[in-house]
Amino acid sequence: MLKQMEGSKAVAEAVALCRPEVICAYPISPQTHIVEALGEMVKSGELQPCEFINVESEFAAMSVAIGSSAAGARSYTATASQGLLFMVEAVYNASGLGLPIVMTVANRAIGAPINIWNDHSDSISQRDSGWMQLFAETNQEAVDLHIQAFKLAEELSMPVMVCMDGFILTHAFERVDIPTQEQVDAFLPPYEPRQVLDPTDPISIGAMVGPEAFMEVRYLAHAKQLQALELIPQYAAEFKEKFGRDSGGLVRTYRTEDAETIIVAMGSVLGTIKDVVDDMRAQGHKIGVLGIISFRPFPMQQAREALQHCKRFVVVEKNLAVGLGGVLYTTLRMAVAGLKLTGYTAIAGLGGRPIPKSSLHKLFLDAEQGALEPVTFVDLDWDVVNRQLEREKQNRHSGPIAENILHAKGMSSSAKFG
Amino acid sequence: MFQIRVHGRGGQGVVTATEMLSVAAFEEGRHAQAFPSFGSERTGAPVVAFCRLDDKEIRLREPIMQPDALIIQDPTLLHQIDVFAGLKADGYVLLNSAHSFDQLGLGELVQRMGHARLAALPATELGIKHIGRPIPNVPLIAGFAALSGMFKLESVVKAINEKFSGKVAEGNIAAAAEAYELVKQQMKEAAHA
Repeated sequence: MLKQMEGSKAVAEAVALCRPEVICAYPISPQTHIVEALGEMVKSGELQPCEFINVESEFAAMSVAIGSSAAGARSYTATASQGLLFMVEAVYNASGLGLPIVMTVANRAIGAPINIWNDHSDSISQRDSGWMQLFAETNQEAVDLHIQAFKLAEELSMPVMVCMDGFILTHAFERVDIPTQEQVDAFLPPYEPRQVLDPTDPISIGAMVGPEAFMEVRYLAHAKQLQALELIPQYAAEFKEKFGRDSGGLVRTYRTEDAETIIVAMGSVLGTIKDVVDDMRAQGHKIGVLGIISFRPFPMQQAREALQHCKRFVVVEKNLAVGLGGVLYTTLRMAVAGLKLTGYTAIAGLGGRPIPKSSLHKLFLDAEQGALEPVTFVDLDWDVVNRQLEREKQNRHSGPIAENILHAKGMSSSAKFG
Repeated sequence: MFQIRVHGRGGQGVVTATEMLSVAAFEEGRHAQAFPSFGSERTGAPVVAFCRLDDKEIRLREPIMQPDALIIQDPTLLHQIDVFAGLKADGYVLLNSAHSFDQLGLGELVQRMGHARLAALPATELGIKHIGRPIPNVPLIAGFAALSGMFKLESVVKAINEKFSGKVAEGNIAAAAEAYELVKQQMKEAAHA
């Protein structure tokens, strides 16, 4: 049913349709309306049988999810930003134990400096945790990916993060088609665990594994993600058949047919990028888009096929691998190894900095003309950066950087209005 | 695409206003996207929220920098921030005030843009009268429907009924109806002036 609703509320409805049996969450910031709405549904009896467990921290949230999943319950939680970092030890345990938990990460920056706004630093920090990571472009896709995520997680007995841009998607009201319970039930069978803690048939989960077997266990985690490369497109196709729309899959291309320049990105910024690409196509530029939906497993082959006929690619990414550049770019470099392609990294939107069409348009034109540095920081205020660098050169006691930059920004904004 | 920017203060229902605008547009079969300018919301602090309308899917995720319409929920913001920044030359402005644009020192704006797309509405007073609370958002949405012709009043009523129920919904619907009439009246007067 088509509804005009908030992204978080839509995801809550989608998760409820997946019939989770345990939802655990730490309700304090960073959190979204997702678990709030699910909590209300459990309380009102709309979602049952389901136990909603209000835990004392994100570490406890993931620990409870591990326990409930091992006991055979379909388990869900959601977090973001520092909350994800706080649960990290348990995040690795969930995947290491092969428990098919689904977690929404409402992507936000990581501090310090304290910042509550959107970028991808939180999920990207968990790229090697063994969790699969699927990035939603729209709220519709966020809804659909959750339904696919439970199926994927449970088939492989591995956990999945559904990543959706915090605020930009979670807080946006837009049109979403919420499927019926019958549709979801026909797509997602009841959870049939590969391993379960059952008092009548006792086993142990979580053995200590020494050098003699650790690599094999780790390799099998990798093997599962390789299997996911097969399953994700299958599930997307089955989803399309049952629900009538394209959602999910490994990658999605847009106007790449004869593109000389291809822009690569993940998440909601793909929408803005497509608008810019349409404008540039109308002006005769041969430009297209490659959206990465599955970041883990990373679809090396599909990314390579999408890029192999272009001349250059620009990766617009909402993360910074400090001291290196962009995480997605370095991964793509592996995918296009041996192809003679020029590639650029554009770091954009960190800490919620808006990514306007105008800045992207200029970036893409610069890329076409070969006028980009290998790593570009989109809309960086070089003036305040250079002033701080100069201050550090001149003064040993140059003070805290964040406070200095805020001060400099305050001065420049008062100059603008005064 | 038609882009609306709403300025107000924390506690005035700024974000709710854009959400309800988007629901009203959705009720008429259009695509709509509403989103707040994200931040730690505090009562009384300036808040901005956005709403885009289109006949096709809206993919753009940038803040609205060149609005087709402005709804200003609190006239004291006029002295604090540049609410008119980027407003298109043929844009609409709906201001929550019992005073006229001229009385508020906005005579220059009226000269530049004419009367036809500008309106002032005592929305806070309407909120107090019909809902018992100084919340101007619903009267302003209805007033905007009258000013811009972008939505029918019935669609605003549907959005109200989706958001509220019982007495609160009734009060809001009454406030919306009066606001709609007041702005229509103002536009008639402007047309004959």
